[in-house]
Amino acid sequence: MKREEIITIINDFLIEELEIDREKLQDDANLKNDLGIDSLDFVDIVVIVEHNFGIKISPEEMTNVPTLKAFYDYIERKTGGQ
Amino acid sequence: MKRRVVITGTGIYSSIGKNLEKVKQSLYEGRSGIGVEPERKTYGYRSTLTGIVERPALKGLLDRRARVSLSEQGEYAYMATLEALKNAQIDMDYLDNNEMGVFFGNDSSAKAVIEAHTTVLEKKDTMLLGSEAVFRSMNSTVTMNLATIFKLKGVNMTISAACASSSHAIGLGYIFIRDGLQDLVLCGGAQETNLLSMGSFDAISTFSVRMDEPTKASRPFDASRDGLVPSGGAASLVLEDYDHAVKRGATILAEVVGYGFSSNGAKLSQPSDTGSEIAMTRAILDAGINAKDIDYINAHATSTPQGDMFEAIALDKVFGAYKTPVSSTKSMTGHECWMAGASEIVYSIIMMQNSFIAPNINFEQPDEYSAKLNIIKTTTMKNIDLLLSNSFGFGGTNSALIIKKYNP
Repeated sequence: MKREEIITIINDFLIEELEIDREKLQDDANLKNDLGIDSLDFVDIVVIVEHNFGIKISPEEMTNVPTLKAFYDYIERKTGGQ
Repeated sequence: MKRRVVITGTGIYSSIGKNLEKVKQSLYEGRSGIGVEPERKTYGYRSTLTGIVERPALKGLLDRRARVSLSEQGEYAYMATLEALKNAQIDMDYLDNNEMGVFFGNDSSAKAVIEAHTTVLEKKDTMLLGSEAVFRSMNSTVTMNLATIFKLKGVNMTISAACASSSHAIGLGYIFIRDGLQDLVLCGGAQETNLLSMGSFDAISTFSVRMDEPTKASRPFDASRDGLVPSGGAASLVLEDYDHAVKRGATILAEVVGYGFSSNGAKLSQPSDTGSEIAMTRAILDAGINAKDIDYINAHATSTPQGDMFEAIALDKVFGAYKTPVSSTKSMTGHECWMAGASEIVYSIIMMQNSFIAPNINFEQPDEYSAKLNIIKTTTMKNIDLLLSNSFGFGGTNSALIIKKYNP
């Protein structure tokens, strides 16, 4: 999957599912502090990632993903992005 | 010293209306909320009959976390509570600075449990249930969510007592306020209506199979009744210490004056006239009145052959000499199970405020037992100063509440 597609899918679900404002979705946005994603949201992100990318991640792994860019990178790496 | 307990807010979301005004019209017109859900046949039900309750649209009312954590019955409870708090003139600012407790009747969250189980069977990974499954699945799902959404800081628990759950919830709220433990308690009941939640009741042939005439299927006390019709929604009431209500200038709707309870100590699904009689008598004693003072009885009568018969026997023992008017609003709503105790208090208060008795629709031919009662077939204008509402449940749990018209 191309990085642009990954970014689109992630941004779409952050907007649609977690109801985060589009303008907040900057590369350097901190997932917890800037986007307000809490520990229960990380559990939901596991489900959403599995549904959209067909891969399993763990909430513990997500705690090591500080920013939105790091989240894109992480999914790109896990899906073996081109 | 025992304190006076008043009701300062009510809210309702049911098969006969999604707010008090609509429900008042339905009660007055004797309108049924019963229909069929054809999917029940495909799923394997014997009866497709059910109360038709539309899920509320909560986007815009609640944030995502609150929405995804609510079970179906929790959504109904939220809607009913919004209305009850509004009527009680209690807003979020007030709740931020004052203590309110919550007792709600709920005895299942089957859909959430079954859907979670299905997901794990398919995915082989509990991590893929997401965060909301646990908050929807627990029996206390309604109170845990209401307490979080409305920032409630007092007593907080769910009462599970089958079809008497929410009547007992009101009874306990009454005791907590009467004895000075709380000034304000949100009481109510909620009931899921989905296909997954009622299969086990269908399994024991509890439901009417009069599917060709859905609005005639629920016929409490009628000789040709053949079972109950499952239904649901939610009802909320704000119970309050009298002085507290006066001090904050609240509009007082009615007063809770009696609560009686008992357990049959007998069979799982067979009611008892003796157990019902004990609960009613205890409520009458608690209220410090005589049976003849009761102006209206909202019967538990669910339209099952056995249940209605035993209640008719008990009603005849306690009220037979006075021919007290009786109706079962379940003839219109179906059996709202965990919610019924609370919803029937809301329905009865509507009647009390508007001086009418809602009809026991579909009561066409009495049987040997119901023939002894004064069952109201058509809407009847009548002043109601005191009313009694019965709720009974599997396992022999019985509850009776007495409500009085408010006199300063």
